[in-house]
Amino acid sequence: MAAVGLYNYWIVVFLMMAGFYIVIAHDNLVKKIVGLNIFQASVFVMYITFGKVQGGTAPIIADGVTTYSNPLPHVLILTAIVVGVATTALGLALVVRINEAYGTIEEDEIHDQDDDT
Amino acid sequence: MIEHLAALQVVIPLLCAPICMLVRYRDWAWIVALFGSWACLVISWLLLQQVIVGDPISYHMGNWAPPLGIEYRVDTVNAFVLLIVSAIGAVVTPYARESVRAEFGVNRVYLFYTSYMLCLCGLLGVTITGDAFNLFVFLEISSLSSYVLIAMGKDRRALTASYQYLVLGTIGATFIVIGIGLLYAETGTLNMEDLAKRLADQPLSRTVGAAFGFLVVGISLKLALFPLHLWLPNAYTYAPSVVSAFLAATATKVAVYVLLRFLFSIFNVKLSFGVMPLDTILLVLSVIAMFAASAVAIFQPDIKRMLAYSSVAQIGYMVLGISFANVNGIAAGIIHLFNHALMKGGMFLALGCVFYQIASVRLDDMAGLGKRMPWTMAAFVVGGLSLIGVPLTVGFVSKWYLVVGALDRGWWFAALLILLSSLLAVVYIWRVVEVAYLKPAPENAGDIEDAPPSMLIPTWILIGASVFFGINTDLTVGVAKQAAMQLLGAGG
Amino acid sequence: MTGGTAVAFAIGLPIFGMVLILLNDRYPNLRDAITLATSACLALIVFGLVPEVTSGGRPGFVLAEIVPGLAIAFEVEPLGMLFAMVASGLWVVTTFYSIGYMRSHHEENQTRFYACFAIAISSAMGICFSANMLTLFIFYEILTISTYPLVIHSETKDAVKAGRTYLGILIGTSIAFLLMAIIWTWFLTGTLDFTPGGILKGKAEGPILGLLLFLYMYGIGKAALMPIHRWLPAAMVAPTPVSALLHAVAVVKAGVFTVLKVIVYIFGIDTLAGIGQDDWLMYIAAFTVIVASCVALTKDNLKARLAYSTVSQLSYIVLGAALANSIGIIGGGMHIAMHAFGKITLFFCAGAILVASHKTEISEMDGLGRVMPFTFIAFLIGSLSVIGLPPLGGSWSKWYLMLSAAEANLIFFMIVFMASSLLNIAYLMPLVARGFFLPERKDDHHDDHHEEVDFWNGVRFGKIKEAPPFCLFAMTITSAGCILLFFYADRIYKMLAPVAGIQG
Repeated sequence: MAAVGLYNYWIVVFLMMAGFYIVIAHDNLVKKIVGLNIFQASVFVMYITFGKVQGGTAPIIADGVTTYSNPLPHVLILTAIVVGVATTALGLALVVRINEAYGTIEEDEIHDQDDDT
Repeated sequence: MIEHLAALQVVIPLLCAPICMLVRYRDWAWIVALFGSWACLVISWLLLQQVIVGDPISYHMGNWAPPLGIEYRVDTVNAFVLLIVSAIGAVVTPYARESVRAEFGVNRVYLFYTSYMLCLCGLLGVTITGDAFNLFVFLEISSLSSYVLIAMGKDRRALTASYQYLVLGTIGATFIVIGIGLLYAETGTLNMEDLAKRLADQPLSRTVGAAFGFLVVGISLKLALFPLHLWLPNAYTYAPSVVSAFLAATATKVAVYVLLRFLFSIFNVKLSFGVMPLDTILLVLSVIAMFAASAVAIFQPDIKRMLAYSSVAQIGYMVLGISFANVNGIAAGIIHLFNHALMKGGMFLALGCVFYQIASVRLDDMAGLGKRMPWTMAAFVVGGLSLIGVPLTVGFVSKWYLVVGALDRGWWFAALLILLSSLLAVVYIWRVVEVAYLKPAPENAGDIEDAPPSMLIPTWILIGASVFFGINTDLTVGVAKQAAMQLLGAGG
Repeated sequence: MTGGTAVAFAIGLPIFGMVLILLNDRYPNLRDAITLATSACLALIVFGLVPEVTSGGRPGFVLAEIVPGLAIAFEVEPLGMLFAMVASGLWVVTTFYSIGYMRSHHEENQTRFYACFAIAISSAMGICFSANMLTLFIFYEILTISTYPLVIHSETKDAVKAGRTYLGILIGTSIAFLLMAIIWTWFLTGTLDFTPGGILKGKAEGPILGLLLFLYMYGIGKAALMPIHRWLPAAMVAPTPVSALLHAVAVVKAGVFTVLKVIVYIFGIDTLAGIGQDDWLMYIAAFTVIVASCVALTKDNLKARLAYSTVSQLSYIVLGAALANSIGIIGGGMHIAMHAFGKITLFFCAGAILVASHKTEISEMDGLGRVMPFTFIAFLIGSLSVIGLPPLGGSWSKWYLMLSAAEANLIFFMIVFMASSLLNIAYLMPLVARGFFLPERKDDHHDDHHEEVDFWNGVRFGKIKEAPPFCLFAMTITSAGCILLFFYADRIYKMLAPVAGIQG
């Protein structure tokens, strides 16, 4: 049961592997970025998960509540999300430029073009 | 003012970046960058002077006390790295003016200085911070800006190189976040000192083990340890000359620092090298890097790429020093960090001069350059000799301590391998020397002069320093030994 | 001038000369005059140091500290004094010769030639006077690098290829083995100073000492022990003055000098003799002596033959050192001087023949002795000294080396020395015999339409076609030196006695 109770972590592992696989296996540069995003998202989920305290509530001071979730990981992950967005934006911008320069966003075709020159 | 030095170290370049963006006009942006980088140099020098004699400096960001608030912590180790990074920045900026004007579209010059300042800010931030998560943030600032810098290269392959670096760099950074997250889950703190204390008190748990693994792999990706170096050669080859010089001399060095910090300060020697068999792993990987990367360097027709592979090999030396896990070995790693920054930075700058004049850095096009650009090529040769480890250059000092470290550890075969691998450097440097000095210039080569003084002087400052510190080792060896003892002492 | 300043001047003067040479690139006469003046001043300074050193003084100074506890420091002791005298004295002679040779041969890049020559001499002085192994190593490397442009002087494909061999072997062995040995020594003992009696005594086990000896001996590539001798024949593509001074005197003697220094001052002859780890070195040296002589026999190119002869003669000295007794050290030290004079004469003659008659192969030199009598007589004198016949200098050093083998009760090595002398005769005498007694070849007149003869490129007198006067002068000095050394050998003996631990 313990293993099932930790299902959040199963999701984390699944997302991580899925994202990683996409980055490695796909030739399409945009899809790689998507994979990278999924990979990062899995980490976000991980952080949020271990910020949760059993029986705790949102960390806003209220009467009659003694247990709060840990707010720090949430804050951290806000930063990480910002970084992730910046990375994605930059990555996509690069893809646009690559498309202008090569006329394609397929990795193997780009390699072919580079080998020719 | 003086008590805020630690913060200013990061804040000044951070502020300079948007100013560069706003002034737009290329020379003004350059002046802002020049101010920023020189101010950083002064600050890091002052910081180093303080920590050499006294206790580490602890600066509380926004007056929030650690471990909750973000702490900037300067001890001998990172004060020295700060000095390296900011010194390289201060030398490269004056050089950049001519070089950038020649290699960039006129309208994009200010963008270069903006990202350059951000990159400097990120690298300094990684080095100075005492907070694990803050380290990740700065790492990403420096990485993102360096992707931009690399993509500014003239060749379209710069774009793919940058993209490749982006993907791998992000994976590496994410690994680091995972590691930091796991550490937080285990100990409930992000402050490095606090982490170290709490980790030392408890037996190894699976979480800590996993964190250790993720961190080591993530950092190794950033520092381009073989076989995670695949992003580096393309990135350095196609980036603009200034950027190659700056990144080669600083980015990987900062990553090596991060590795040192995590292995020795946060985890400790017992855990890193006792419980985990990291010394053997690092030893094997770095030896392979030394030989394989040097061997690949020999066959490169593009000299920038050759230097890039040589960088991978040289990183092997640094990591090898770390794997010895004794004072001499770690000191050798730190000394080589400094020395390699000088010589490789100088050599990339020299190549930048070549590119400025003949718009190519391919070996075939460099025929006869020894006579046509005597000062530039002389700088290249002196840098090369240093890379080989000829006495009276910094390379020799590095090799000396590396070998002593190896003997100290009882690994005399490693000592022999260090020396044997430097012979490969002889081969790849001499290829260039033969072509540049002994092959006549092609018939159709026009008359060219040597590079302008604003580029030659910075080049020679670095090359001159690489000779100076080869003879006078008080600063480097003294500081590095102190730093090594601090790192080992902290791990208890 | 005090001893310390004199040492500093001896090392600095050639560098200063080099700067002047470079500045006077456009004025060949002035440039050559500067070279001559520099070499003469250097010789004066070095010879001025002799009285102080023979009376037991050890002048020196510290230049800089590279690594804490390890300085670039200089100190003159008798062995270094002897080598410095040989190198600086012969530099003057070689400069005369170079001026004749280079002008007559119309070489390019003469400024670079003289400049690099000066650096090479400066580093040779540094090697002579170094007070510790680190300093010696540094100058050893500078010597390698500064002679590289001399080896590839002609910039032809062959020269570049030979340059690769030269640099590859010398840098390779020195970095991989010598540096390793040095750092290891430092690691074991915490010092690298040259100390009478050695510094390794009691610091390491027998096998480790054996391994260190191996690293040192194969690290010192300049001593040309087989099988790392290939660089020396390769270096023969250089102009003859380079082969004469550097590859018969300065560079190779720097190698064996280092061997002597390491054995006397790092290991200590007693330590070495005590552990019995150096037998292999004796056999390797003996092997090199014999095999290199045999290879010399097969070479038709005169310079190549002389090069292999040098390889063989160098191993005499290594063998003398490996025998690890006082007489062996004295014999080895003396052989540095004796062989230097003999071999430089031979190279001068080879260069003279090349300049005057454009011949390089021995088989083409039939009857040449009657055309160039002067050169051939000098060659005869040089050969006899190298063979070791009285009344020439070479006989003394061989005498002491044989005595040393006898003292060590190793008859085998006495036989090696004798066999080698016979081989010397076999490969040196035929040239003299051909030159004087065989009829001149008929097809050799292709260079009769040669250009006008003036003071710079030769001497013509009836049938006689000799080399330029500058070259002849140099040959006279060195062959006279071979004879004089026979009569003054006792001075060298007295000078070296303290090194070998004999009360003079």
